[in-house]
Amino acid sequence: MIKQPRRHQAELLVIGSGLAGMAASLFALERGVEVALVGNTGVIAFTTGYLDLLGYDGRGFVDEPWRALIRLREDEPRHPLANVAEDDIRAAFTSFTHTLTEMGLGYTAPGQHNVLALTPAGTLKPTLSLPFTMQPAIAAMARGLDTLVVDFIGLNGFSARELVANLAPRWPGLRARRIGFPDMDSGAEVYAEVLARALEVPATRQRLAERIGPLLGSAQALGLPAILGVHRPDQVHRELQSLLGVPVFEIPTMPPAVPGVRLRELFETQLPQRGVALEPQHRVKRLELLSQGVTAQLEDAYGEVTIEAAAAVLATGRFTSGGLSASPNGIRETLANLAVLQPEGRTAWYRSDYFDPRGHAINRSGVTVDEQWRPLDAAGKLAHPRLFAAGSLLAHQDWIRQRCGAGVAIATAYKAVECAARTVRDRRDRVPARRRFP
Amino acid sequence: MFETEALIIGGGVTGTGVMRDLALRGIHCVLIDRRDLNAGASGGNHGLLHSGGRYAVGDPDTAAECRREGDILKAVAPECIDACGGLFVAVQGDDPEYAARFLEHCRSAGIECTAITPAEARELEPCLSEKLFAAYTVPDATIDPFRITLENVNHAQQLTQSIFLAHTELERFIVDGGTIRSAVCRDTRTGETTTIHARQVVNAAGAWAMRVARLAGCSGVNLLYSKGTLIISNARIGQRVINRLRRPGDGDILVPGGTVSLLGTTSQTVQNLDDIHPTVAEVDDLVAEGIAMVPQVAHTRFIRAFSGVRPLLMAAGADADGRKASRGFSLFDHESEGLANFATVAGGKLTTFRLMAEKTGDLVARRLGNSQPCRTETTPLPSGDAVRWTEPGFAPRYWVARRQPGDLILCECEMVPASAIDSIVENAPGAQLQVSLNAIAVRSRVGKGTCQGAFCSLRVTSHLYDRQVYDSPVGLRHTRDFVAQRFKGVAPVAWGEHLPQLELAEALHCGLLGLDRLADDGGQFPPTAVQDP
Repeated sequence: MIKQPRRHQAELLVIGSGLAGMAASLFALERGVEVALVGNTGVIAFTTGYLDLLGYDGRGFVDEPWRALIRLREDEPRHPLANVAEDDIRAAFTSFTHTLTEMGLGYTAPGQHNVLALTPAGTLKPTLSLPFTMQPAIAAMARGLDTLVVDFIGLNGFSARELVANLAPRWPGLRARRIGFPDMDSGAEVYAEVLARALEVPATRQRLAERIGPLLGSAQALGLPAILGVHRPDQVHRELQSLLGVPVFEIPTMPPAVPGVRLRELFETQLPQRGVALEPQHRVKRLELLSQGVTAQLEDAYGEVTIEAAAAVLATGRFTSGGLSASPNGIRETLANLAVLQPEGRTAWYRSDYFDPRGHAINRSGVTVDEQWRPLDAAGKLAHPRLFAAGSLLAHQDWIRQRCGAGVAIATAYKAVECAARTVRDRRDRVPARRRFP
Repeated sequence: MFETEALIIGGGVTGTGVMRDLALRGIHCVLIDRRDLNAGASGGNHGLLHSGGRYAVGDPDTAAECRREGDILKAVAPECIDACGGLFVAVQGDDPEYAARFLEHCRSAGIECTAITPAEARELEPCLSEKLFAAYTVPDATIDPFRITLENVNHAQQLTQSIFLAHTELERFIVDGGTIRSAVCRDTRTGETTTIHARQVVNAAGAWAMRVARLAGCSGVNLLYSKGTLIISNARIGQRVINRLRRPGDGDILVPGGTVSLLGTTSQTVQNLDDIHPTVAEVDDLVAEGIAMVPQVAHTRFIRAFSGVRPLLMAAGADADGRKASRGFSLFDHESEGLANFATVAGGKLTTFRLMAEKTGDLVARRLGNSQPCRTETTPLPSGDAVRWTEPGFAPRYWVARRQPGDLILCECEMVPASAIDSIVENAPGAQLQVSLNAIAVRSRVGKGTCQGAFCSLRVTSHLYDRQVYDSPVGLRHTRDFVAQRFKGVAPVAWGEHLPQLELAEALHCGLLGLDRLADDGGQFPPTAVQDP
């Protein structure tokens, strides 16, 4: 294969293909900005499928996240969510869930209250929006319906018995059964993603329904691990419900899991169709910040790729996705060497109690930004006028403990793109339109 | 209520050693520990079976004792021992005179020691520093302290139906006419009280021996608590035990432990035995010192730090320095304190536990009128099926050889299959009565790999629910407590490749499962918080 260097141009470059990067690309499209998205999508498979806005704050469990956001502006004024107007968060969240639904992955519209969603261990997680395939669990639990939870021989790490044992005090009508999945019941390990792809075949759904039907008894609802298809989960879900005649709901399995794979595959197929130039499997190796724009370099199987853009949104995430890295001496941002706000020394990174509800200081480290969502240097000055940042890379939030990951990703992507679009338009007024990215 | 000939307090290597020693003389024992096997210093050490070299210069009696005991253990418990050999090396900056005296001190303690050139040493262990100027080989070895205690208990159970009770804390003794009649104990999990009637009582509580002695009204046992911290590398660094040839100090021993290596040890006198855990400063100190001997330590991934407390015997008027205190042991018969059936064995080392058990066994047997001699010097330890899982690499070999596709791997780092967990739950000493994730971890490699239990703990928990070992929210709380405990050892070595994993684990434990919000009553939220959309 002859490797050939290529150059592409776009108005906005989004770096990072987690929720924040994906959301930023969609918001850029909505604003009519030509956008290129680069970054490795590995980590999105670890999302649960639930979209949280704010589940816990300094005062504990959050029932009404919109009201809690008003308090957050007082309690944590530097929190990224405290720096986005409520209307903007609503617009962003609603637009995002609406677009997912339109693209074929149905999500409930954000309501006024958090809902308590099921976890594989039978605990409950406050979240704001959930996939249609998981929604019936909420009503079934609230009404205390007699419900059967089925798990599968060989599906490691998902135990219906565990779920039932932990939920029983709150949901006495719950019971567990283990069965073999059609054609995959030898006892050997089976994988959720493989089961999900198998259920896209109508005959497999039929055979699964034939195995489950006789077990339902008095059950008024059925819970399954999240295996109802990868590409058309809503259809698989509807058809299984009509085959069985009871509401069916999915329960997330341990990540990486099907709900995350659905998001990844949805973005990878739908974003290019909507006009996003996508380089999903490659990390940016080098980012140059120039006075007229930004240049990113990466390498794929066909050689070196250079992308030029008028502005960039950095949405590279934290440690797991490689946006931040830590040595014994400190934490750094890996791509643009941005200043990272961080605790003084390693001793202060973690509390001695892992589960201390206040969380660990290291998780509030990150990049700080100005009111235009542009990173600041250690002295508090603008790092570069054409560089913007969004998502969990930002300082002053603890997305894990506050259950605000999707909220931070979506709301800050919305704002960063809004500000970046202004920069792009300024240049568009001065520079003639360029050839569209193929 | 239990009736026994000998009650032994403390499930470390000494207490279990006494248990086996007595059982080999036909004596029935009940062993109790307020936590579990190896919960103290027996689970917080290098696993080094000393040749005696380390003490040759400063403490020749201990050195000779280590040599003799090391030879015995290599013969009777070869499955618990890796006779990997050891090196003593001096690097630039170390005292050349100390190094020069080493050979002669080893010889007078009877330790087989050979001088080799720095080049020969670096050929044996390429990880060694180029700044080496002296090197000696000695017959150091490593011992699996978990395996040895499990084997001891297992054997004692077989011999005399002796009993081990975990989570059983001594509350008080009932003494009558200079004799302990019984011990009142509390189950630390359920709060229930049990009385154990025993003819003889042995205090082998390690660092807690002073507290136990005081419960019997004896004040003659005085211990110095010396905290030691070690760090574990992701992969084995050297083939042999590598000792720094200088007066013992921090970061001067690198000991292989199967697939990993352990670098230690710090020494700090502490007053309080509760909440002993490693610190960032100790880890930085160990790494800085370790680099001088083995430069690659600077770039090594460490997966965990841990701390133990050395219970050192304090002679009257001795200065309070853990490194200078004696590594020898003492057996107290407490007769001068008016008790006829109480004994305390304290101090000592992992390497000399058998000898400590022998001396204690002699006293207890004589008091019971039992004339059987000690047999531990020559009787091989049998290898029990349910106690093999602590050996690194055993589980994957077993799994591959067994070829059962339905036997799912629950711990991916150490390749521990479901059948190993089943075997422990069914048959491992002390696990049958009250299984917990922690009990399984003590008896296997679960939680000892690079993920440090973050992911495998959840799969093992699910498996235990599937087996109906758990049928309530208690199982999840055990998981939470286990993960929180492992974290104390991970946090001080958390940098580099650890961070992505730690962040992912926290997202799973807290973000998804909500273990940070798990109330001890099993409920997470008020019922009114449930919304019907």
